[in-house]
Formats: sequence, C-alpha cells, structure tokens
Amino acid sequence: MNACKERLYNGIVKENPTFVLMLGMCPTLAVSTAAINGLGMGFSTLAVLVLSNLIISLLRKVIPDEVRLPAYIVIVASLVTVTELLIKAYLPSIYSALGLYIPLIVVNCIILGRAEAYANKAHPLPAVFDGIGMGLGFTIALTALGMIRELVGAGTLFGIQILPKSVEPIGIFVKAPGAFLVLGFMIAVLNFFNVKNRSSEMVTGCDGCCAACAKGPACGKEAEK
Amino acid sequence: MKELILIIVTAALINNVVLNQFLGICSFLGVSSKMKASASLGVAVIFVITLASAVASLLYDFVLKPFNLDYLKTIVFILVIAALVQIVEMFIKKTSPGLYQALGIYLPLITTNCAVLGVALTNVQNEYTFIESVLAGFGTGVGYTIAIVLLAGIRGRLDEEAIPKPFRGAPIVFLCAALMSIAFMGFSGLS
Repeated sequence: MNACKERLYNGIVKENPTFVLMLGMCPTLAVSTAAINGLGMGFSTLAVLVLSNLIISLLRKVIPDEVRLPAYIVIVASLVTVTELLIKAYLPSIYSALGLYIPLIVVNCIILGRAEAYANKAHPLPAVFDGIGMGLGFTIALTALGMIRELVGAGTLFGIQILPKSVEPIGIFVKAPGAFLVLGFMIAVLNFFNVKNRSSEMVTGCDGCCAACAKGPACGKEAEK
Repeated sequence: MKELILIIVTAALINNVVLNQFLGICSFLGVSSKMKASASLGVAVIFVITLASAVASLLYDFVLKPFNLDYLKTIVFILVIAALVQIVEMFIKKTSPGLYQALGIYLPLITTNCAVLGVALTNVQNEYTFIESVLAGFGTGVGYTIAIVLLAGIRGRLDEEAIPKPFRGAPIVFLCAALMSIAFMGFSGLS
C-alpha cells in the first residue's frame, strides 16, 4: 500500500507533470482560460491516463519491445476516442470549450511518458495509482492556472462573479498572451520558494519535448552532439 | 486565389500555431535554445506538416467519409503521421544524405508534435478541400518556423543578461513568449 501512496505523492508534488517535469504544455496553456475548462481537461486526461496505465501494465509481457510505441499509441488513441464521444454526449458545454484539444490528448506527452517510464515495468495496481497521481497533479495545475486567469481576466471564478463589477477585468489574461504570462510567473514563484532543491535550468531537448519520453535517442539531445 | 492566399496568411500569422493556438509548445520551448537547431526543426516541420495535411485530407475524403468512419479519424491520423514520418526518414536517408544530416534527427521528434495532428484535425473540421488543406498545412509550418526562430534569437541574447534567479530557465522563456504573443495579436487586424 505504501507504494501506492508514494506514487500519489510523486505525481502530485515531487514530479508534478506541469510544474516540475514541464510535460503536456500545449493543453495546459490552451484550455486554462477558465477554471472549469482546466478541471474538465484535467479529468479527461486523468481518465485516459489511468486506463492506459492499467492496460499497458497488464499487457507489458504481451507487447513485443520493438513495436511497443505503435501499440501504446493505438491503445491511447482508442481510449481518447471513447472519452471524446462520452464528453460529447454527456457534457456538451465542456466539449465545445475544449474542442480540438480533446483528440489531442493522444499526443499529450504525459500519457506516453508514463507508459514508457513507469507502466510498462510495474504491476497493475501501482501503475493505476501512478496514473491517478500524475492525473491529479495535472488537474490541480490546470485548475489553479485557470482560476488565476479567470479571476484576473474576467472577474469570475467557476462562472460566479467574484470581483465587484466596478473593477475592470484585464482581458489579456484570458487571451493567448495571458497563458504564457501566468504560467511563467507561477513557475517563478515556485522556484523562489525552493530554489535550492530544484534545478532552475531550462529543460532542453529531450526533457522538455513530447517525443522525448517516447523516442529516446532519436530526439534533440542526440542532435546537440 | 485571394481566399487561398488568405488561408496561408491566417495559418502563418493571424492564428499562429504556437503563439495563438498553443500547439507544438514542447519543442518550441525545448529546442529554441539553439538558433541552428531551431531553423532545421522549422524546415522539417514545414515539410512534414504539408505532407501530412495532404495525406490526411485524401484519406479523410476518400476512405473515412465514404464509409462513415468519421469517429476513427484520431486513430487513423496519428498512425498515418507516424508511418509517414518513418517513410520520409528512410527515403531521405537513401536519396539525399546531406538533407538527412540536416533534418534526419528532427524527423522522429515531429511524430508526437501536436501541431501536425492538430492541423490535420482542424482541416477536417473546417471542411477544407485538398488544396486548401495543403496550403493551411504549409502556412502553419511557416508560422511555427517564424515563431521558433524569433524565440531562439531572443534567447541567444538572454544568455548575457542578469536575470533574477527564480526567473532563470523556463519562466523567462514563458515571459518572452507572452510578449511575442502580444505582438502577434497585432496581425489579427489583417483578417
């Protein structure tokens, strides 16, 4: 049981996918215009991540090593298609807000990254908890980012008016530049509080790119040599 | 003709793939520390996105749509893109070693670049014809290249600046991207 708890802590705090590993940046920036969108995207990714970790962990002895990446992609893409159809049917407002970014969960590096880094070597139960931990870490980051942007940019929180009407909201925060701005400041604040035990070095090549987790030697780091 | 030019301009500048749509952020942040690598990746992205848009468009119009398999498009597109990148890589390796040296390493990196899948899906959503899809793909690639080369230039200068410690690394790059994004918002007047 301790392994499961450790996995949860690891995903939410120690290796938070957004703030520490800097994975899955595209959906993070794109859908965090409002807190509810961040929450929706976070939970969709969580569902896909838990199921893909479970399936890949169960199949870890069946899938031959040479074709594991295409196999993972097919598993993840099937799960994403199912999730997309379910959201479309039951949560149409979330579906129209997230739009293109739901099918793009397929190329979210967190999912392939966890498959490659953890699920294909672990037993199903810890793999599921790894998925829950990482998924929650991602959801928390997205929701926090969405809350700040919504509060400053529109004066609301989860659609409820918070700031008095007399305060003019700063519209740029819910537009594209606001995403970069708020995330940059959030990471800077986190750096400020634990500068010592974090490497503030920019992740380069492999560590920061989507293909890194999956493609290993084929990616940027090799290129720099 | 006017509409076709507008598609390229929209894809490259007005709806810039990185600064406005947030696709391909990972490689945008990861690779932009080096100018030369950024330019090579940009060229490789233009090449792959244009080709992938063409193939995805043909596949959607002649296979997925006639057989009512619309819901399979995510799976089909990602597999086609992965296979396409592999084939292109092998082809370039055999026919032109010089080009392979320049692009080769970046080609596999592009498979999981969400910009490629994103453009293929947007083209279908907008119901673009074959030619429109190819042009939109090309424009998107050009927009990506412009953004990553500009950021690489800015980061080259950042190296010599005294940046406050918590902002070193990723945060300052995000702030630069935010300012670039504000600048690119100016292009929305073109549409």
